[in-house]
Amino acid sequence: MLVAVCLLVWPGGDAASESAPIVKIDGSSTVYPPTEAVAEEFQKAHHGRIKVTVGISGTGGGFKKFCRGETDISNASRPILKEEMEVCQKNGISYYELPIGFDALTVAVSPKNTWATAMTVEELKKIWEPAAQNKITKWNQIRPEWPDASLVLFGAGSDSGTFDYFTEAIVGKAKSSRGDYTASEDDNVLVQGIERNVYSLGYIPFAYYAAQQKKLKAIAIVGKNGPVLPSHETVKNGSYQPLSRPLFIYVNAAAAKRPEIREFVEYYLTQGRELIAEVRYVPLPDQAYAMARERFAKGVVGTGFGGEPEVGLPVEEILRRSPKQ
Amino acid sequence: MIRRRKIAEALFKLLSLSALALAIGTLVLLFGALMVDGLGRLDWQFLTSFPSRRASQAGILPAMVGSTLVMLVTACVGIPIGVAAGIYLEEYARRTWLTELIEVTVTNLAGVPSIIFGLLALGLFVYTLGLGPSILTAGLTLALLILPVVIVTTREAIRAIPVHIREAAFALGATKWQTVSDHVLPYSAAGILTGVILALSRAIGETAPIVTIGALTFIAFLPPAPVTSQPPYVSFEWLMSPFTVVPIQMFAWVSRPGEDFAANAAAAGLLLVGMTLVMNGLAIYVRYRMRKRVSW
Repeated sequence: MLVAVCLLVWPGGDAASESAPIVKIDGSSTVYPPTEAVAEEFQKAHHGRIKVTVGISGTGGGFKKFCRGETDISNASRPILKEEMEVCQKNGISYYELPIGFDALTVAVSPKNTWATAMTVEELKKIWEPAAQNKITKWNQIRPEWPDASLVLFGAGSDSGTFDYFTEAIVGKAKSSRGDYTASEDDNVLVQGIERNVYSLGYIPFAYYAAQQKKLKAIAIVGKNGPVLPSHETVKNGSYQPLSRPLFIYVNAAAAKRPEIREFVEYYLTQGRELIAEVRYVPLPDQAYAMARERFAKGVVGTGFGGEPEVGLPVEEILRRSPKQ
Repeated sequence: MIRRRKIAEALFKLLSLSALALAIGTLVLLFGALMVDGLGRLDWQFLTSFPSRRASQAGILPAMVGSTLVMLVTACVGIPIGVAAGIYLEEYARRTWLTELIEVTVTNLAGVPSIIFGLLALGLFVYTLGLGPSILTAGLTLALLILPVVIVTTREAIRAIPVHIREAAFALGATKWQTVSDHVLPYSAAGILTGVILALSRAIGETAPIVTIGALTFIAFLPPAPVTSQPPYVSFEWLMSPFTVVPIQMFAWVSRPGEDFAANAAAAGLLLVGMTLVMNGLAIYVRYRMRKRVSW
């Protein structure tokens, strides 16, 4: 019976594809939806002659595998860190650092919240810094005219890249946050929590806000030129700061000599723009894709960051830097 | 006096009944919610499609095939080793401090969190033995995970066979092996099977150790078929293939932005429950057949 089932289920012409080359990708869960979309279309475009696999093991977990040479491409929601660079170097692995799109964090409140529309980074810092724990517990402690009601906070769990980035951008130090809030690695849980309580406030990735705009109200972040709401335009033109960040793929330079990897990366940097918008992420400006393609074509390896997290850099600026190994 | 005891009796009955209702009620509620969300999505397209960024085109095929093949490896490795170990400990081993120690260790192993098995497998199978993140590695990992449960239930089942059956066999001049293979094993098979199926049902829902050894999330092709059209007609290439399993696919869908993937996740949940039910049903049927054959 088992044999019969096998024969029924397996598509017939598998003999040809058994030897098909595989593009192995792993890494960040944030970069997963765009990469999945590109992988899906790429395989269709090649009629299954090239196989693509995508795993989710987090940016850090992805780099561990990447620097051991187990994967061809690593999805990353932050630049490679110093320790990771050292491991890569020790194992003789050089890489291309290619931005593929933006992710923006959205500070959101319930749609029933009538008072809060814009906040400054200082105000957000006052809410989220470690010193705020058990002290900043009411809305009127942030602004006196806001209600005398308890502040119900929702945020990312400490294992996620979202948590790292938010704390880096708002508090000024990665992973430094108050602990007395509802934390979840599942952003859909956060969306529900924020929606249901009038006095809630939380931060979630932009794609989750974009998918649930009726259930949430985004808070504008007050910058140099007044309050800015998160949107495709404000993220792309760099005015939504400091809560927007570029997402990357890291490509193993030795693997990139293989035609299937080369084709996949080129496909990503040309066809990726529409697919990225389709999965509700923000594509890069056209010029940035051109610069990334050029960097890949010319064989410029290394990172533009030097192993330190930096916040609020325009992508073109990153691509203009001469990268280090 | 008698009345008071009768009241106590009635109260206890009520208490047990409500405990049962709570357990069954939770199950029915959970299953019902899954049905409402996922039943509409569970169609032929869903069962035969690969994952996709569009919820309505996404399917569960590679995860389903992956789960089935991993369970196949787990069953082929875990059951023979577990049952053999159980028989040895119960029938052959002399009672020494060493067997006592092994017993305690096995019982403790049954309570070790599954992620620990994943970490062990990552070091041993993936790196030291170089098996990579393959179906074989996943199957072996889950086999290790179910081993303690299989051993413990095997021993329980064997212990339930009355001693006089063994003594009768020995009295007629049967060797130990004849006694075990002709009497002890057939009589205890039903009990062993129950334990095995419970263990496999646990294993099919495991996510943590599978993620640890490096299972994928997006995979739009199937492992090489185990049956080929050319001689020798059987291929074991699939053992080394990359894979994903149903719980991982389900989790990936739950955590997607927006609500369109929620139905997919619910449908995957239904499928997982369905696979477990089929396995349990099969076990109950086989056990029924075996019980009928045994007559003392």
